[in-house]
Amino acid sequence: MPTYTLKINKKSVNVTADADTPLLWVLRDELNMVGTKFGCGISQCGACTVHADGTAIRSCQLQVSMAQDIEITTIEGLSEKGDHPLQQAWKEVDVPQCGYCQAGQIMTAASFLKDNPNPTEQEIREAMHGNLCRCASYNRIEKAVAIAAEKMS
Amino acid sequence: MSTTKNTYTFSRRNFLRTSAIAGGGIMIGFNLFTACKPNVKPSVDIENLNFNDFNAFIKIADNGYVTIYSPNPEIGQGVKTSMPMIIAEELDVEWDKVHVVQASLDTKSYKRQLAGGSQSIRLGWDALRQTGATAKQMLVNAAAVKWGVDAATCKASQGVIINENGDKLGYGDVVKEAASLEIPENATLKKPSEFSIIGTNAINVDLDEIVTGKPLFGLDYKEEGMLYASVLRPPAFGQILESFDASEAKKVQGVIDVITIGDKVRSFLDKGKSNWTFKLSGTDKVVVVAENTWAAIKGKKAIQAKWKSNKELENTEYQNDVLNKILDGNKFDIRREDGNVKKAFAQADKVIERTYHSPFLPHNCLEPMNFYANVTDEKVHLAGPVQTPEYAAIVVADMLERDINEIQVDMTRMGGGFGRRLYGDFVYEAAEISDKLKKPVKVISTREDDMTTGIYRPAIKYRIAASIKDGKITGYHLKEAAINDNMYGLIPHFFPAGCIPNFKVSTQNYKSDVTTGAWRAPYTNFLGYAEQSFFDELAEELRKDPVQLRLELLQYVKGTTDERIQYSGERMENTIKLAAEKGNWGNAKEGVYQGFSAYYSHNTHVAEVAEVELKDGLPVVTKVVAAVDCGIVVNPTGAINQVQGGVLDGIGHAMYGDFSFEGGKPINKNFDTYRLIRINETPKVEVHFIQNELSPSGLGEPGLPPAAGAVANAIHKAIGKRLYHQPFEKYLNSEKIEG
Repeated sequence: MPTYTLKINKKSVNVTADADTPLLWVLRDELNMVGTKFGCGISQCGACTVHADGTAIRSCQLQVSMAQDIEITTIEGLSEKGDHPLQQAWKEVDVPQCGYCQAGQIMTAASFLKDNPNPTEQEIREAMHGNLCRCASYNRIEKAVAIAAEKMS
Repeated sequence: MSTTKNTYTFSRRNFLRTSAIAGGGIMIGFNLFTACKPNVKPSVDIENLNFNDFNAFIKIADNGYVTIYSPNPEIGQGVKTSMPMIIAEELDVEWDKVHVVQASLDTKSYKRQLAGGSQSIRLGWDALRQTGATAKQMLVNAAAVKWGVDAATCKASQGVIINENGDKLGYGDVVKEAASLEIPENATLKKPSEFSIIGTNAINVDLDEIVTGKPLFGLDYKEEGMLYASVLRPPAFGQILESFDASEAKKVQGVIDVITIGDKVRSFLDKGKSNWTFKLSGTDKVVVVAENTWAAIKGKKAIQAKWKSNKELENTEYQNDVLNKILDGNKFDIRREDGNVKKAFAQADKVIERTYHSPFLPHNCLEPMNFYANVTDEKVHLAGPVQTPEYAAIVVADMLERDINEIQVDMTRMGGGFGRRLYGDFVYEAAEISDKLKKPVKVISTREDDMTTGIYRPAIKYRIAASIKDGKITGYHLKEAAINDNMYGLIPHFFPAGCIPNFKVSTQNYKSDVTTGAWRAPYTNFLGYAEQSFFDELAEELRKDPVQLRLELLQYVKGTTDERIQYSGERMENTIKLAAEKGNWGNAKEGVYQGFSAYYSHNTHVAEVAEVELKDGLPVVTKVVAAVDCGIVVNPTGAINQVQGGVLDGIGHAMYGDFSFEGGKPINKNFDTYRLIRINETPKVEVHFIQNELSPSGLGEPGLPPAAGAVANAIHKAIGKRLYHQPFEKYLNSEKIEG
């Protein structure tokens, strides 16, 4: 199997994987970074959201062979001490129920707030609509994103 | 210093699970035999499990920090936070010095390590309090011995014991001595007015790990040398494996082996050992074993399999047809009968009859089913997300013909349960695979596996008829036609039973090849909608306000001597009034349409006001106000989250959940063809609790059943259309309504 050099959370790592392996499974199985979750495998749920050069993407759709030369950020690398304003807001609001989708929600929100630091309620709802929360903690996700936006402004 | 001779002695006689732990401190186990005897049976049959005694482990370090082992599985219902809060309250420690750890399955120490029926808090309440209070008393007694004073003259609070002279000892200072004292009986419990943790907001104990992506869930669980297995199951319900060709699968990079399983399941079934958690059929299945998840998934896709069946495979049309025929027929089990419904109907001024239709629903836990198993000669190690770990151990022991003491089950956090993980099919598959390979293996499912080989909420139809005479509801007949099973035994005694003099509940089912089971608020998840929607029509017919109609009906059940009645007329009345008040019932703004609903389930009373507005001519739910009586609210932030989630789950599935079969195969396979509610479709949900000091009941489910009824009633007010089928969206979209 071929070896690929990836840039993940500002570190260069070598992985050996089949060329068509989604980044999601490289992260989870090869690199033991399991914060990025598997939910659907077809980019419908957002649980596997990571940043590629700062933009939120679905890691289930990015093949490892195409992931070289991209700066990848996962939930593990979003902040050094777990204190990104979104992570803080998530704790303030006590967002999660089961918690499984939340890393993906936070990654989507982080990318969104970078582009739109002062979003309206409707903009938050539109930006976050690609991420499913089966427990439907949606009211709190909306609130936490708004609080994080305030913290960041 | 007092000279009172103390009566406590340090003895090893009553030593119970006391052991020094690495890093200082001590672990105390409390064996409480009489701690919890619920006086009311839980509201669902699956909950009729032993729950006479209960243990919890408390670990107190020398520095006073406390570890509390949370006994029950955490599926997102919040018990990993709320159950330890109850222990910590009575133990009387500062919550921020408590560290919570998920306990493993330990049937000797804990009882009812199960997540289901919204019963963890209700059934755990007394025992958890006793556990904390007993530990506190032992710590006080130990300090008294050390001081040589009467324990009755000492007090403890916030982890510190103090005597009459003002001397102080921390819990950590006396924990070793305390652990070897006799266990006092009937330790004094706090009065609710003395609570300092219960009733305050404690954020999810795993929150740091969740927001930083630490391994928590079953899918995150790994062991050295673990292999990954993907199971190819029959694509249609009613099929079995005929033959398969694995040559292409074996060429996939990373695929190690392709095997079949099924023998262990068949011999288990042949021995008649099955129980309610066991939903597997005896077909052979093909298993691709690989070095990693991707290879296992790819390998499975490359299997060429032939399937056969010796009977006709079911379509949704057929299933609907059978259910309709049941409703039109006269073969029913009578589940409750008061008065004479037939006579009431014959003498009525008017009889109203409506039929309500629901599809099957998959659970769609966001974390797909998965489980780890490592079967060795010494033991069987199982780890992962399952709501019924005790059954997992029992079944695997029977399947593999192992001693139950050789089975170890570790519980991970679960990415949702919703009833799906009550059934351990994936555990049993993992165990059979590992037994065959004699290697550690994790069974992993894709979304398609989960959605198409599920254990679904069965399709159900309700036909409800009511008779009206002289402006009053005189008779009521509820008929249920369902797939595989019917409503649990206590449901016929839920609201409105007891409110109408002539009342009857009749049920019937047909056995399908499609596997079905509990789905968040089983039966009531649709029955609540059907009945509460029907009541809206009755109110309209009687020209009464829907809230007023319900309050009038409840007068008949207040003070009832009928012990079968599960709910309280008074509590339901108060809940309805609170919802009406907080939801501003009857005073909606221009362009806002309100709907009302109230339902009792899982020992909790809930009433909801939904608000609908028209946007582009279509009704949109913009707000729901829920009033809840669950007794004491242990953890308000968690409680609100549960109710909000339940309401939105109820609305989401009623609006969009659509699942059908063609030739025994599910048509909907993933989230591109199966719609779940999303954030931009969600209303704001406001939650209010009745304030009382009654023992708490659960909240994982009861917010859900009334939600769809409130929405349907609001939609009717907005557009004048009654909805008899779910999902609503399918029937609303047929024509655009001009607002």
